[in-house]
Amino acid sequence: MTESITVNINGTTYSHDVEPRLLLIHYLREVVGLTGPHIGCETSLCGACTVELNGKAVKSCAVFAIQCDGAKILTIEGMAANGKLHKIQEAFWNEHGLQCGFCTPGMIMTTKQILDRNPNPTDQEIRHGLEGNLCRCTGYQHIVNAVKAAAKVAGA
Amino acid sequence: MATTTITKTEKLVGKRIRRREDPRLITGTATYVDDIKMPGMLYAAILRSPHAAAKIRSIDISKAKALKGVHAVFVGEDTKDAGAVPCAASLPGLRVPHHNVLAIDRVYLVGHPVAVVVATDRYIARDGAELIEVDYEVESAVADPEKALAPGAHAVHPQWPDNVAFNFHQEGGDVAKAFAEADVIVKQRIVSQRLIPNSMETRGVVADWRAADRTMNLYTSTQAPHLVRSLVAQILGLEENRFRVVAPEVGGGFGAKIQTYAEEILLAWISMKLQKPVKWIESRRENFTCTIHGRGHVDFYEIAAKRDGTILGIKLKLIQDLGAYFTILTPGIPTLSVLMMPGLYRTPNISADIVGAFTNCSPTDAYRGAGRPEATHGIERMVDMLAAELKMDPAEIRLKNFVRNEEFPFPTATGLVYDTGDYSAPLKKAMDMADYDKLRKEQAEARKQGRYMGIGLCAYGEICAFGPSPATPAGGWESATVKIEPSGQVTVLTGISPHGQGEETTFAQITGDELGVGIDDVLVLHGDTSMVPYGIGTFGSRSTAVGGTALYYALQDLKAKVKKFGAMLLESEDVTLAGGKCTDNKTGKSVGFKEIAAAAYRAMKLPPNTEPGLVATHFWEPSNFTFPFGAHLVVTEVNGETGDVAIKRYIAVDDCGNILNPLIVDGQVHGGVAQGIGQALWEQAVYDDNGQLVTGEFMDYTMPRAHMMPWIESAHTVTPTPVNPLGVKGVGEAGTIGASPAVVNSVVDALSTLGVKHLDMPLTPEKLWKLISAGRQA
Repeated sequence: MTESITVNINGTTYSHDVEPRLLLIHYLREVVGLTGPHIGCETSLCGACTVELNGKAVKSCAVFAIQCDGAKILTIEGMAANGKLHKIQEAFWNEHGLQCGFCTPGMIMTTKQILDRNPNPTDQEIRHGLEGNLCRCTGYQHIVNAVKAAAKVAGA
Repeated sequence: MATTTITKTEKLVGKRIRRREDPRLITGTATYVDDIKMPGMLYAAILRSPHAAAKIRSIDISKAKALKGVHAVFVGEDTKDAGAVPCAASLPGLRVPHHNVLAIDRVYLVGHPVAVVVATDRYIARDGAELIEVDYEVESAVADPEKALAPGAHAVHPQWPDNVAFNFHQEGGDVAKAFAEADVIVKQRIVSQRLIPNSMETRGVVADWRAADRTMNLYTSTQAPHLVRSLVAQILGLEENRFRVVAPEVGGGFGAKIQTYAEEILLAWISMKLQKPVKWIESRRENFTCTIHGRGHVDFYEIAAKRDGTILGIKLKLIQDLGAYFTILTPGIPTLSVLMMPGLYRTPNISADIVGAFTNCSPTDAYRGAGRPEATHGIERMVDMLAAELKMDPAEIRLKNFVRNEEFPFPTATGLVYDTGDYSAPLKKAMDMADYDKLRKEQAEARKQGRYMGIGLCAYGEICAFGPSPATPAGGWESATVKIEPSGQVTVLTGISPHGQGEETTFAQITGDELGVGIDDVLVLHGDTSMVPYGIGTFGSRSTAVGGTALYYALQDLKAKVKKFGAMLLESEDVTLAGGKCTDNKTGKSVGFKEIAAAAYRAMKLPPNTEPGLVATHFWEPSNFTFPFGAHLVVTEVNGETGDVAIKRYIAVDDCGNILNPLIVDGQVHGGVAQGIGQALWEQAVYDDNGQLVTGEFMDYTMPRAHMMPWIESAHTVTPTPVNPLGVKGVGEAGTIGASPAVVNSVVDALSTLGVKHLDMPLTPEKLWKLISAGRQA
């Protein structure tokens, strides 16, 4: 049994027949072929699969693909535009906000949410904003620096 | 398209250069194992034991086999020819359990693989696994190493009823005399609890057998691709030269991906059976239960000293929780703890006994620090306890006992030779940064107000850059090849296998400086056994110190050849290679790197006794380990109402020798400290009495999150090692090793007003709240 869905992802419209139990993360990775969002836990606790769904950051392992019929989705692959990195991507690069890179797509999408809601967050607000995303490599310090650096660019 | 900057003059080593590997990672275009898709690829799901100890009466796979989309189901009997999971560590009298890739007649840990289902997609594979019916005869289990060694305990392996895998003894000096002459002896039982490494990417394997070529392509999330190749090829009886292992983008390892695992063997075996590419991606639950754990020590320390604080000797009885079977290094890890038990101190007399205990748990193996965090935690807690006993300041007792600068190279009582050091420098620097005397006054003031403020010190030493081959189980050298292409651009192939440590950048920095080319002209490749020379891999803080040195020497060989071609083109016998060109020292005429490269490949003319082309390979064998050191200082305050520990200041002063890229070194320190604080305050693998892993998901196992971490003030002293020409020692594990004793010493100091002398990790709010409540009532 499948259901038909139509989704706009990173500006492109896709239509697919999907099983009702198919998770959004598997839809993105296996069906659409966007492997930027990663699977770190499948239990919505690590945030590696974070994408933007209708303007809000969600953990795509906790959403079914059929719930996204008609939705607008932004993944890490849609962040850079016209060959130019998004300022958050630049900031993660400049500040060494990543090591193994596995959590990074989720971190960047969550950072976008943090800054969309609060363009000038304090360190504490940044840390609370990031608490749904696990990173085992960085100790978070350079990620916090990256979020701050991105906020500064936005403010400039 | 990258701009070509063949010539450059700016020095690259020592600069905060942003990483070369990042563009693919920040755009979501990197390729991890789970991103690999092949035509006709099948997916495997593994059914695992829900019991810690049981006999398998029967397995019914008929329903799973009948499921649409399922291609095959295999059980242990089918895979008998697939061999056993390998262990490379050896000790006298070691009992090595035979661990089949799938259980045959019994299971001995929760998560023990029992059957595998191969299907057209991962959902169907998991559906199939759920349809398998296994009839278990459940037995009692033992999940605690001290209980495992008690008489009458459940035997993890029936043939070894005492659960003892090995006994190991080491001594140096005359410890009996030291203890007889001591003014004071302090004893303490110290636990370094089991931890779960939890790289954010779980393990995963894609196996692709090409029968016509007798070729295996195995893509696996590993830190040591060549080791996997040699072992799996041998286990399956395949030809090593036709066995290609690729470590694609690897999402963290922390020691848990050095091993060769059952699934790597199993997937290769399945791909051969079915003649199809097959993928298996570990679930997080599987990662918790089936990938190795770290630590798992129960240590009984005794330290003997003179009244003036001079340490005379240390005795250690170490019970190592090994788990149910061995992975690549399992029994060897606690021997590293023994090697480092003197810490940075002159301690001339030591005695250590290890008992390796089998338990019905996941095997322990190398987790960031691998034996050294346990050793450092032990000695640094004992030194603090000794200071308290003698009413000395913890800084003073450390400064008194440090190996002195003029004593290097310093032979330790455990048989090592510390390369070089200035052990008091980082401690003094940390104390200056903290304004130590002022802090102690603030603490006195806080105590008057009834607040629990603590100041914790740790002076840590590491054994890194693994290592001289005779001291390692699988060779300790490293390899590098450097190629100057006909265009003048440079390709570096390294035997290490970085997975976040940034060597695509630091190795390009080394190369750029040696050859005088821009960083954009250098590409560093790694992780594919069909592409790079045989290598050992990335672990034990060895990549730059050993792999970088192999690269350095390959570059020297190549430079000599470049100069030959330069001299030929300039018709000179006296040339200098610098700034991306060869210059005639007499005439001042020069020829650029690009022209030299073109001439070397065009080969219209060759220098005497010189082959065409510009390629050099070097295998470098280190003469010794390196011994980085440092000091961490932590200020904490414990909330008397909640038991929460607030880290007010975290100062980390590390001496890793010369620093190639300060940005990357800081990142390594921060991440290491996070894992050390995690152990000190939150993390613990908890098994219940039935051997069930209670902390088997992120919901139950407390990982450090952004809001839980303090700001880390990182600083350095620089004492270059004489062991390698780069003067680098390694920094990957430093933070983890320094952090746990510094945090625990700080909290013990905070609660010392309640009579607290020692606390075992993790220092959870519940544990501290109970203690404070009891202390207040007393």
